Amino acid sequence: MGSRGSHAARIPDADSIRRETGFSQASLLRLYHRFRALDRNKKGYLSRVDLQQIGALAVNPLGDRIIDSFFPDGNLRVDFPGFVRVLAHFRPVDEDDSSMRDPKEPEPLNSRMNKLRFAFQLYDLDRDGKISRHEMLQVLRLMVGVQVTEEQLESIADRTVQEADEDGDGAVSFLEFTKSLEKMDIEQKMSIRILK
Amino acid sequence: MPACIWVFHLSRKVTSLVPESCLLILLGLVLGGIVLAVAKKAEYQLEPGTFFLFLLPPIVLDSGYFMPSRLFFDNLGAILTYAVVGTLWNAFTTGAALWGLQQAGFVAPRVQASFLDFLLFGSLISAVDPVAVLAVFEEVHVNDTLFIIVFGESLLNDAVTVVLYKVCNSFVEMGSANVQAADYLKGVASLFVVSLGGAAVGLVFAFLLALTTRFTKRVRIIEPLLVFLLAYAAYLTAEMASLSAILAVTMCGLGCKKYVEANISHKSRTAVKYTMKTLASCAETVIFMLLGISAVDSSKWAWDSGLVLGTLFFILFFRALGVVLQTWVLNQFRLVPLDKIDQVVMSYGGLRGAVAFALVILLDRTKVPAKDYFVATTIVVVFFTVIVQGLTIKPLVKWLKVKRSEHHKPTLNQELHEHTFDHILAAVEDVVGHHGYHYWRDRWEQFDKKYLSQLLMRRSAYRIRDQIWDVYYRLNIRDAISFVDQGGHILSSTGLTLPSMPSRNSVAETSVTNLLRESGSGACLDLQVIDTVRSGRDREDAVMHHLLCGGLYKPRRRYKASCSRHFISEDAQERQDKEVFQQNMKRRLESFKSTKHNICFTKSKPRPRKTGRKKKNGLANTEATNGKPPRDLGFQDTAAVILTVESEEEEESDSSETEKEDDEGIIFVARATNEVLQEGKVSGSLEVCPSPRIIPPSPTCAEKELPWKSGQGDLAVYVSSETTKIVPVDMQAGWNQSISSLESLASPPCTQAPTMTRLPPCPLATEEAQPFHLPYDPRPSFAFPPSLAKAGRSRSESSADIPQQQELQPLMGHEDRTRLSPRTANSHWCIQFNKGGRL
Repeated sequence: MGSRGSHAARIPDADSIRRETGFSQASLLRLYHRFRALDRNKKGYLSRVDLQQIGALAVNPLGDRIIDSFFPDGNLRVDFPGFVRVLAHFRPVDEDDSSMRDPKEPEPLNSRMNKLRFAFQLYDLDRDGKISRHEMLQVLRLMVGVQVTEEQLESIADRTVQEADEDGDGAVSFLEFTKSLEKMDIEQKMSIRILK
Repeated sequence: MPACIWVFHLSRKVTSLVPESCLLILLGLVLGGIVLAVAKKAEYQLEPGTFFLFLLPPIVLDSGYFMPSRLFFDNLGAILTYAVVGTLWNAFTTGAALWGLQQAGFVAPRVQASFLDFLLFGSLISAVDPVAVLAVFEEVHVNDTLFIIVFGESLLNDAVTVVLYKVCNSFVEMGSANVQAADYLKGVASLFVVSLGGAAVGLVFAFLLALTTRFTKRVRIIEPLLVFLLAYAAYLTAEMASLSAILAVTMCGLGCKKYVEANISHKSRTAVKYTMKTLASCAETVIFMLLGISAVDSSKWAWDSGLVLGTLFFILFFRALGVVLQTWVLNQFRLVPLDKIDQVVMSYGGLRGAVAFALVILLDRTKVPAKDYFVATTIVVVFFTVIVQGLTIKPLVKWLKVKRSEHHKPTLNQELHEHTFDHILAAVEDVVGHHGYHYWRDRWEQFDKKYLSQLLMRRSAYRIRDQIWDVYYRLNIRDAISFVDQGGHILSSTGLTLPSMPSRNSVAETSVTNLLRESGSGACLDLQVIDTVRSGRDREDAVMHHLLCGGLYKPRRRYKASCSRHFISEDAQERQDKEVFQQNMKRRLESFKSTKHNICFTKSKPRPRKTGRKKKNGLANTEATNGKPPRDLGFQDTAAVILTVESEEEEESDSSETEKEDDEGIIFVARATNEVLQEGKVSGSLEVCPSPRIIPPSPTCAEKELPWKSGQGDLAVYVSSETTKIVPVDMQAGWNQSISSLESLASPPCTQAPTMTRLPPCPLATEEAQPFHLPYDPRPSFAFPPSLAKAGRSRSESSADIPQQQELQPLMGHEDRTRLSPRTANSHWCIQFNKGGRL
């Protein structure tokens, strides 16, 4: 415990981060090491380039968007708390989490809604709270690959939007987005075990 | 009679409560008892050779092939743990405990068995049996995770069982004194060799199979055969090399499915699916029956209560204990822990089955003196687990409120988002720097996409083989089916446009369809609706048509027809007709398109008319065309049919297959004839009508009264030859109205395609009614006289005439300018050009 404590002590604001994100000491430490490893020049923050260095992320069709989500509001750098905050979305949901929490407190970052919100903002590029047909098309273009023709893609996009669109505005709002996924076990599908 | 009803009700009740496997075993017992009573000796029994060579492979292949691979790999860790550790645990603890029981004196001394014998017995009795598990769990519907864990375990533990059994068997045969330490090491090593080797054999054959099916484009008919052949070859190869054959077939099915499904044709896919399922359930039935029958043979077994009860207790106890222990360990690593209820079901679902029985029969009595006791115990264990546990597991699951599997239709959103989540998780794992499951799955998918799929899928399949696209495709097909089933109302009512419509480039087509939709009652594809919207009466008819269409007879036949086409050889005439029909349709479609593009084909106009008349004269009694040229089959109507065909085809997103056009064409006519059914008439109008028949005139007085018919001599009637229905066609006015609406779309009057004469099957039909000849039309104000309904009651068949007329009219576009007096030879009776017959 001693060595771990000393490590953890090196993390700035470790306690407040833990309180906010719910990460365990060990996970936080792991993330801190990872953060330091990604931060090549030891500048104390990560830039886009740092994340783009991760090899597999470049192959990921959504890699760019996920990198973007680390840099909200046009920031060019992300510090450790910000880094952890994004990753906290993927912490598995604990059974006792909800019961122990004060209802007045904001929802934890790994709640179902926040997980969904994270996914939603990957679609919603212009941040208007709606996935337009165009945005859907862009995602589909990334995901489906080159083999499907543009017309087919468009028809898929149309269909996808139509399917979820309930108020008929031709776009998918966040509410409609959550509704289209209400049968899915988001808590399970958007969690990574090691991020306890 | 009441007895019959009682039996029927009872049987329904029984089958809902009792798993099939129990019933089969009991049936087998009864049958075996009868045979025993008659022949005085047991004639049949489950031969291990037959079981392992012929009965087991289909079941394993079926389960491997249809294994939900994503779910399987998601839970692979748990499955492997239970399969390997669990089976080893069960075997050793059961064997050791039984030996302890014997040492303690609870087992009668006549059971001569050493520790190794008990271990051998433990190894064969410990394995959860895939056949039994599948038979019971398929009816229980527990949630997917639970099912895949129990079922995956039962499949994968085969390797462990086989190895344990063989090792113990060889040890027993060598005699415990001769077993050296090296042999134990060999045993452990062989575990890896057998399991990994089996899996490797399976994967190699999966690769071969996928590669072979890539090149079967010209020999579609052997595709299903290839699947079964190579999978079986994998089984035999593994069996030959003493590897785990079950594992080999499982991996073969699991590995090849993605590529094979993409490569083989739709029909082959259906064939593979149903053949596999049929074979598997046949084998399953036979296995359980034979289990029952074999149990009767009392010469084979010897009873020892201590052994039987001890075994029963130990397998249940150690199974439960093993599950709890392993789950506790696994839950440390699982994202979603398995809770207590899951563990109860898993422990209780550890059914033993025919594998154990076959293995115990295989024992050598000279080496294992207690074989008879083991056989008896195995039979009891198998019967107990299959019957008692199988019977009670359903109530137990209900009582424990185990999460059931819920099946909901896939939606595009779910599919898309699921992929998004996968990518997100893979990316987050990258960022976190932990290469976990998502990372490797992502890696595998990239590898698969880059190399494997390129290599193993044919190019056309590879192009469209995207999961999102796949869901989209399936949704469209579902829509198309429900669209047809519900008489065309579903799309308009749900506000869905034809989803794939935008995917086509032909703007003209889409726009025409849209225009038609606007002008029609909403279902743009339904020609009848379009045609009949104009007058109020017609609208009523259309409503009625759809009502009946939706409520009465669902034309499901089209699938049967399309499946069987490759396998039922058509006679030349039929094939010819089909081809001619297709060509004709295509040509017309083209000309229709071109009319939409304002290309006029007036040149070709006169010719078909002439030929049409000629034929008409030749075939039907040529009286009374009354100076007016008979019209060919309405181009519009054919075009409209094609329009339907096209859009259906679009929905199916499979524009290449002309057969589909045919199919859809059938549907259309089928619907038309459906309405006939409503009048209490003959079914089977969809049947093939190979050659047209002319039905003797059954004059209906209705025609007389049809306003637009005055002054015209003959009434042409389309008859669907199969139903021998007479269809006086007298809806021309309504037809013309729709034509005019079409004409407004395509300003130049569309002309008869010159290919009219290419419809040999029933030239009469084709040459009727050239609806674009609007100038010739009397164009009366169109209304059905009330007496129409009474018309044609003179014949029993013709009681449905009128509705059929009404419904078929738009399709046929039959220009009827003639007037028919009842029972005069003047009447023309044409045969309906039943497109359904083309199939």
